[in-house]
Amino acid sequence: MDFTRRETLALGGAAALTFVLPFRANAAVDDVIAEFTGGAAVGDAGVELTAPEIAENGNTVPISVSAPGASAIMVLAAGNPTPGVATFNFGPLAASQSASTRMRLAGTQDVIAIAKLADGSFARSSKTVKVTIGGCGG
Amino acid sequence: MISRRDFLQMSMAASALVGASGFGNWSRLAAQQALTQDQLLQFDTFGNVSLIHVTDIHAQLKPIYFREPSVNIGVGDNRGAVPHVTGADFRKLYGIDDGSPSHYALSSGDFSSLAKAYGRVGGLDRVATVVNAIRADRPDALLLDGGDTWHGSYTCYHTEGQDMVNVMNQLRPDAMTFHWEFTLGSDRVAEIVEGLPFAALGQNIFDAEWDEPAELFPPYKFFERGGVKIAVIGQAFPYMPIANPGWMFPEYSFGIRDENMQAMVDEVRAQGAECVVCLSHNGFDVDKSMASKVTGIDVILSGHTHDALPEPVLVGETIIVASGSNGKFVSRVDLDIQNGRMMGFRHKLIPIFADVIEPDQEMAALIDEQRAPYKDQLEEVIGQSDSLLYRRGNFNGTWDDLICDALMSEREADIAMSPGVRWGPSLIPGDNITREDIWNVTSMTYGKAYRSEMTGEFIKIILEDVADNIFNPDPYYQQGGDMVRIGGMGYRIDVQKPQGERITDMVLLKTGEAIDPAKNYVVAGWASVNEGTEGPQIWDVVEAHIKKLGTVTVQPNDSVTVVGA
Repeated sequence: MDFTRRETLALGGAAALTFVLPFRANAAVDDVIAEFTGGAAVGDAGVELTAPEIAENGNTVPISVSAPGASAIMVLAAGNPTPGVATFNFGPLAASQSASTRMRLAGTQDVIAIAKLADGSFARSSKTVKVTIGGCGG
Repeated sequence: MISRRDFLQMSMAASALVGASGFGNWSRLAAQQALTQDQLLQFDTFGNVSLIHVTDIHAQLKPIYFREPSVNIGVGDNRGAVPHVTGADFRKLYGIDDGSPSHYALSSGDFSSLAKAYGRVGGLDRVATVVNAIRADRPDALLLDGGDTWHGSYTCYHTEGQDMVNVMNQLRPDAMTFHWEFTLGSDRVAEIVEGLPFAALGQNIFDAEWDEPAELFPPYKFFERGGVKIAVIGQAFPYMPIANPGWMFPEYSFGIRDENMQAMVDEVRAQGAECVVCLSHNGFDVDKSMASKVTGIDVILSGHTHDALPEPVLVGETIIVASGSNGKFVSRVDLDIQNGRMMGFRHKLIPIFADVIEPDQEMAALIDEQRAPYKDQLEEVIGQSDSLLYRRGNFNGTWDDLICDALMSEREADIAMSPGVRWGPSLIPGDNITREDIWNVTSMTYGKAYRSEMTGEFIKIILEDVADNIFNPDPYYQQGGDMVRIGGMGYRIDVQKPQGERITDMVLLKTGEAIDPAKNYVVAGWASVNEGTEGPQIWDVVEAHIKKLGTVTVQPNDSVTVVGA
């Protein structure tokens, strides 16, 4: 079996990612993603995730996602006991493929957005959101 | 053909030369003992636009001493980069002679004796003289205030910021952004901002409920100066509700929001801005990181982390200017803007030597007017100090050691915690400690000194959490303060480790025993961000302690072992 350079890089990237995750993405996250994508490869261009670097309040963290032309965007909180947050489905008449919501985060972790794009391919974006007790700003 | 980047780098070198010659002069002048106002202000007017930057004044109306940090550790890409260079290394980097005025103004080391030789710094009457002199050179210079202005003194606390508003209005800034101002409470902030005769800016100040830009704080303002259309974009402190009590301003949400910053830069450029200035309270490392992500900003005037740098730092095509704190410095930045491009700049960080720069008489009178109703309270002598009292540095300063001692003795606690804020002037050995001096290092709207029990495990969680706010390798996850100061307990910190693994070897100093994660300890502290905190005000605790001591002598503190710096 041959690996292309890209595949090798992608494997290496995935390994590194798992290693640095603060709240390690549990197997449930991988399962949910696999179910959403049907096991297809996931690219990194085409979906934008906006989330704060540090949550002002871990109980209500505002995020927004956007993926032009997408038919669905799934949002996951990788470190929550129940990682699933929402899946936004966009019909053919949707004026824009973007959505905003608020979520509760159990602690510092990665928030992940996966979009099913117009051509049927999948794209992923993720961002670490820190939940802190705070208190000592200069 | 010279590209814009080459040009910037050339002018960077030229600016360095201007800066270096400025420093060289100060050094020589030191030898001659002849520092003059004219030499401090000397500047060959350049280009077509002048910016004047003041920031983080923390309500210091009068001249003070301010010792720069000796420990300021950089992590990640900022390890060993300015402003994380201190003392002799800083002087070597910038070619500053030992014992020179710039040594005293910009770096730590030999502070007490240099303070006696060169005297106090700052004072807004002196700052007014400098601003007026720049305006005499360039009448339409823009004066920009980076915030942390309406906080930090006895009179500011008792007037809810009105003393600073009155004084700054006379200085006539063109725009301002914010941080500690919000700890006056959102009603008071709104009351002041609605009456301000200048722009109150913050592209990252949002309505918390709707997550939309807050109406009271526009993202930017246009100015036409020297025939150049300039857009000033405000960037308030991003982590206000986290580092300070969010319950005091629940209507607002902040964050870095660099994608919105990019949208604002694009918007002002589309509206014809030939020069884009960001008036920022991000902190220096966050500004560097933002400058590498957001394109189209010519100048970032950086505040929050209280760094004073004698030259701008260049990131891509953006220059970042750091202007110190507590009224100690004024930055002047002249720009040459041609056809919508910054073709060059000239910069000078002007140290406000209070004995050299003549006070502006009108401003001096206005300042005295603000202080007159409180004069007796301010000037009352509480004790004396045998030691240099200072705060700045990543770990304990002597002021905080004294405050922690006060908390442990007055509140009968095993362990004390004092917040790692960066404001608070210094006192030199032999100085009286007045009530004003105590308020200068403690004044805030949430200063109650709590006393509670915490397990050893929870104390570690707090230390780990605060340490990650300083030593996270990604600046976007830093809040810009220093480490929480601890009394009664020692620990070891490895700044290179990830959160949860930095703090080890926690020891209760009075018994020498290791901290037991399961055991409860009595902890006294102040500046809790939690609503409903109870206890006496911290300034009363410190005053009572100093009164009992009479003369304060702070012993050297080596209870924190730092590795990985």
